[in-house]
Parts: sequence; C-alpha cells; structure tokens
Amino acid sequence: MKKRFLALGLTAAMSLSLLAGCSGSGTETTAAADTEAAAETEAAESGETEAAAAAGEGSVYYLNFKPEQDAQWQELASIYTEETGVPVTVVTAASGTYETMLTSEMASSDAPTLFQVNGPVGLNNWKDYCYDLSGSAIYGELTSDDYALSEDGAVYGIAYVIESYGLIVNKTLLSEAGYTVEDIQSFDDLKAVAEDITARQDELGFAAFTSAGMDSSSDWRFKTHLANLPIYFEYQDKGISSTEAIEGTYLDNYRNIWDLYINNSTCSPAELTAKTANDSLNEFVNGEAVFYQNGSWEYANVVGEGKFSDEDVTMIPIYIGAGDEANQGLCTGSENYWCVNKNASEEDIQATLDFMEWCVTDETALAAMTGGEGAMPSGGAGMAFAIPFSKAPESSNLFVAEDAALTAAGKTPVSWNFTTMPSEEWKNMVGSALAVYAADQTDENWASVVSAFVDNWAAEYALANG
Amino acid sequence: MEKAIKKYWPIFLLPTLAAFLIGFIIPFLQGVYLAFCQFTTVRDAAFMGLSNFSRALSDTTFTHAFWYNCAFVAVSTLAINLGGLAVALILTRAIKGTNIFRTVFFMPNLIGGIVLGYIWQILLNCVLSLLERPLLALDPTAGFWGLVILMCWQQIGYMMIIYIAGLQSIPDTLIEAAEIDGATPWQTFIKVKLPMLMPSITICLFLTITNSFKLFDQNMALTGGQPAHQSELLAYNIYYTFYGRSGPQWRGIGQAKAVIFCIIVVAISLIQLKVTREKEVQQ
Repeated sequence: MKKRFLALGLTAAMSLSLLAGCSGSGTETTAAADTEAAAETEAAESGETEAAAAAGEGSVYYLNFKPEQDAQWQELASIYTEETGVPVTVVTAASGTYETMLTSEMASSDAPTLFQVNGPVGLNNWKDYCYDLSGSAIYGELTSDDYALSEDGAVYGIAYVIESYGLIVNKTLLSEAGYTVEDIQSFDDLKAVAEDITARQDELGFAAFTSAGMDSSSDWRFKTHLANLPIYFEYQDKGISSTEAIEGTYLDNYRNIWDLYINNSTCSPAELTAKTANDSLNEFVNGEAVFYQNGSWEYANVVGEGKFSDEDVTMIPIYIGAGDEANQGLCTGSENYWCVNKNASEEDIQATLDFMEWCVTDETALAAMTGGEGAMPSGGAGMAFAIPFSKAPESSNLFVAEDAALTAAGKTPVSWNFTTMPSEEWKNMVGSALAVYAADQTDENWASVVSAFVDNWAAEYALANG
Repeated sequence: MEKAIKKYWPIFLLPTLAAFLIGFIIPFLQGVYLAFCQFTTVRDAAFMGLSNFSRALSDTTFTHAFWYNCAFVAVSTLAINLGGLAVALILTRAIKGTNIFRTVFFMPNLIGGIVLGYIWQILLNCVLSLLERPLLALDPTAGFWGLVILMCWQQIGYMMIIYIAGLQSIPDTLIEAAEIDGATPWQTFIKVKLPMLMPSITICLFLTITNSFKLFDQNMALTGGQPAHQSELLAYNIYYTFYGRSGPQWRGIGQAKAVIFCIIVVAISLIQLKVTREKEVQQ
C-alpha cells in the first residue's frame, strides 16, 4: 500500500512538472501579450497615428553584424520601443560568426526580421529570404541607387553605412620619429619610415605597426581588407568588377606590405596567431605603435575621452606599390546591406520597415548614427557612420571627413572588392596561410598563400556557383 | 504491485516515450531525411538524392578529419585508459588522503570543454613560444598532442572513478587465494584483477572511444581546426560545413557528413562492445 502511494506520488510529481513546463511557457505568452496590449494602449493614449498603433502588433528582430556598435543599437532599440511601443530586439553576432548565427537564427521560429548581407556574394546565399524593398520608404531616402543591392529589378538590400579604411596614424608619435604624414606618399615612403622606426625602436620606445593579429577577431583586417588591394588593382587593370578566377598579378605587392606589417610590429611575427583585435587597438591607444590598419568604424574606439583627440590622429591610404599611388585615396565602400526577411509575418515586416525608416529619418536616430562623442541620448558615443540617406547630417567621424577631403583633392577612392570574394572559406584559407607565413617567412609558405589566393578562388567560385 | 504496474503503465511509460520521441527519434529521422535534401533552413528542404553524400565523401577536409580523428581516438583511448587504470590502482592502496586525491583527479571533468580549451590554449601557446616552436594554430601536430593532453587531463579522473569502483568490487578472497598460491603482485594483476575488471574496461573503452569521436568543444576552443582545417576532428568538420560555409548546398552536405559520421561511430562502438564483452568473466 505504502509503495503504491509512493508510486502515485512520483507519477503525480512527474505530471505536475510536465504541466509546470507547459504553464511556464503559457505565462510567458500572456506576459508578452500583456506588454503588447499595454504598448498598444499607450500608443493610443499618447495620440500616436494609426500606422504606429498598427505597427504595435508587429515586432522587430535585428541581427546586427557590427560588434563595435552593439551598445548604440541596443539603446536605439529601447528608445524606439519607448516611443512607439514596438518591441525591437537587437542581437549582435561576435566577430566572424555572423553567417553561422544567421543560419541558425533563420531556422528558428523567431527568425530575424532585419538582417545583413555583405554584398552580391552574400546576397546570393540569402536571396530567397529577402523582401523586395523597391517600394519601401527607406529606399526612397537613399541618396543614390549605387547604395542599393538590386537584382532583376528588385531591391534586396540597402547599404546603410559607407565606410573607409586605411592606415590610422598617430601623428604625435610620427613627428617624434621625425616625420609628418606628408612624407608618406607611396609604398616606398611607408617602407622607409616604418623600417627607420623599427631600427630606432629601442630609442623611440614605440613600433611602426600595431600587431597584425591573426586571431579571428582581427584577421579580417588582412585576409579581407588588405587582400582587397591586390584584387582592386587587378580588377582595374582588366576593367572588371568581379571574376571567376583571379590571377594574382599584384600578390608580390601583397607580400611586401604584409612583410612590412609583421616585421615592423610591436611583437614577434610568430606570436601573431594569438593576437586579438583588442590587443592591436590597445597598442595603438596606448601609443605603442604609429600605424594601425583599420577603418572609420573604429573612430569611437580611437577618439574620445582618455584616448586621442581629432588632432592627434589621421588616416592615410594603404600603399602597396601598385597603380597610381599619387592619386590613391582611402578604401571606401560598404559591406553592410540591410535586408528584410520576407518569410516574417506581415506585421513584423511592416514593423521592420517602419523601424528602418525611423532610423534614417528621426532626428535622435540620425544623431545616434552619424554623431560621435555624446551623440547618444544617454551621453555615450554615437556610431559616427557616414550614411547614404537624404536627411542625414554630416558625419562627425574624422576619418569619413578625411575620405571626403581626399576625394575632393582629386584622389580616387579604392573600391571595396572583397564583397566579390567567392566565399568566407576563401578568406579563412588565405588568413590561415598568412598566419603560417608570418610565423615562418619562407618562399614555400608564401607559395601556399598564393595557392590559397589564386587556386582556391577558382575552386570556391566553382563550388558557390557550380 | 504488479497489478498496479499493469494498470498504470501508460503513466510511467508515456511521458518518457513522448520525450524520447520528440527529443530524439523525430529529430534523428528528420536529420537523416535532410541529408538527402538541399536546404537553407530546415523548413524549406528540397529532395536531392544522393549527391550530398558523393560531395561529402569527395571533400578532402572530411577525409583528412576522418584519419586525424582515428589517430586521435587510438592515442587518446590508450592514454586515458592506461592513465585512469594506473591512478585507480595507486589510489586503491592504503595511502593517506586517497579521497582527496580522487576528488582532485575527478575535478577537471566538471569544467566545461570550451573553458578548458581556451585555458589550455593559453598554457600550451606559452610553452610553445618559450620553446620557440610554432603556436598551436600553426602546427597540426602540436594541435594533435595538445588535444591528447587536454583530453587526458579531463578524462583520466572520470575513468579512474569507474576503475576504482571495479577494483573495489573484486572480492578480497580471490586476491588472498592468489597470494597464498604464491602469485606475484604482477601475476595477481594480470590474471586476477584484470579479468575481473573487464566490465569496467568495456564501459571505459566505450566512453573514451565515443567521446573522442564526438569531441567538439575542446577542438573548437583549442585549435579551431587551424591551420587550414588540418587539426579538424569529424564533429568540428561537420559543424563547420553546416554553419561556417554559406550557400544552400552546404547544409545538406554537412548533414550527409553527420549521417556518415553517425554510422561510423555506431559501427565502431558496437564492434568494441562485442569484442570486450566476450572477454568478460563471471565470478
């Protein structure tokens, strides 16, 4: 008898816990419904327009590509929710894991409504999920059609930020070494300056370049951004904008600049595999090196309280000894295209479109996207983007301004061709080969970089398009 | 009691059965089906036939991962079991503080694989840079031994517990009888203890072989497959194919690799179970 009670008790406990599981999720839904209802009433009470009230039924889930701007997006999302009652979730993928995260999130029932692709190659993978934005309000705000990612008459992606990268220079240290920015007008100049600094490293107390870290948080600076230059010059020579097989005509230049980076750096080349993006940034901010290859997105990390002021730093083009160096500008382009998930519910799509429009028309949002220090309502630094939308104010980003100044002075910006790299795998293989070469700089190891660059391009192109 | 079970069996069985169905059987079958499909997310699969399998098998990184993994299984299974058994033999003797030592040896097993991977990456990279050798991410051989060291450190304690339990269940009478018959400690170990330990050996071998095949987080955190997929084990290779590559075709290929992987692991563990079970003796 006792045993039976025990058994019954156990069964009861088991079924109870099952039920508890159900009721748990049940309350969650109700809670969500409650907040939504509350949000709606709030919207109605505050006299919002009908459109906003309708949008209150949808929600936005933004899968953000840029880890540097996570805090700002989180804040913008909460401001938008406060203003309109539409819940906005922002999730940021860690550096180098965006595709992984997007793939798994797209398979979930709460798929992102707003996501990013990096250009034509990225779009190729996600086209079936992209909502046609051609009639949307945000498309109307674009200053030029060049910033839209269109195919077969449909607009699948909208570039929301235009960025530049080059060598960020610590002008104070450069003048301590006895040079000015004007002294560097070509690869030979850069090499002479860098090698002179290395020769006097002990006396000066700083190195030429920050560590060219090949950890996944940092290797994209070289396997993608630096690799853009040999690709760009090859495309220029041939007059093409993408290719199924790269020749690698400028790979010797690529080797030269890579050698320069790794042999005139803050650390021994063998240690580069373990160096992270933060290591490199910290070295630059702490004045341990003069040159730091990165882009305008790092502005807020470089300039600000306790860091540099606008007068201390500048950005110069990356010279690799190819093309017309006297007229070379910064590398400018975009690999950040907003796409809307067409499989999301209609309310969610509408809510997402409204959110995107708000981002590029609302004053607070525009200030947050383009402003620098103190641009966020909370007092934090803004995103300091240059954004291609008609209502956008001038960006306060120094590097963006320098790009504009260089272009105005007649220099030609280097376009972003890494969006045509055949796959992420291609970049990874180049990165891996670069790291091996850095640790042991033999011709043999360079040959494997070349093979990863040239042979693998064709192979990956065939895999992606075959 | 028996009557009650007859009457109430659905209450006992159904919750577990439902959980097993939802959590295992259905996803497993769906996974096998997806291996024959092209899909970006699991909801939009289009049937493709066997092409995923042929592409999976012609992928050189996959075959490399397979042989690399086989070598890893052989070395780590041997090292972990010898190590675990040795520690168990020492800690079943009358030494002071055996309980503390058992706890200490078991502890690494309580730390998650990712954390361990990163900690050991730092440690091993420090050692390698002091020796002026290429770091882990540059040298697949270093990566291999790094993984072996890491897995030994983590698993020896766990296997030790199982071996200790096995050793303690050997009746003292058997050992005593052997000693009276004049057996040396080595003979006692080989002829008496080892046969009696066969059930423990079966389970330990099974655990280490399957664990080494399925090893994922440690591989990801310690080497990340670097350089150029040379230190990739099967599970990580599958994960990378599925998630790391973009393009709809890769999901199906990854899934096909997973099915092949599953068949290999099941086959090898079944053979191992059969072989070691045959050696088990009755008291």
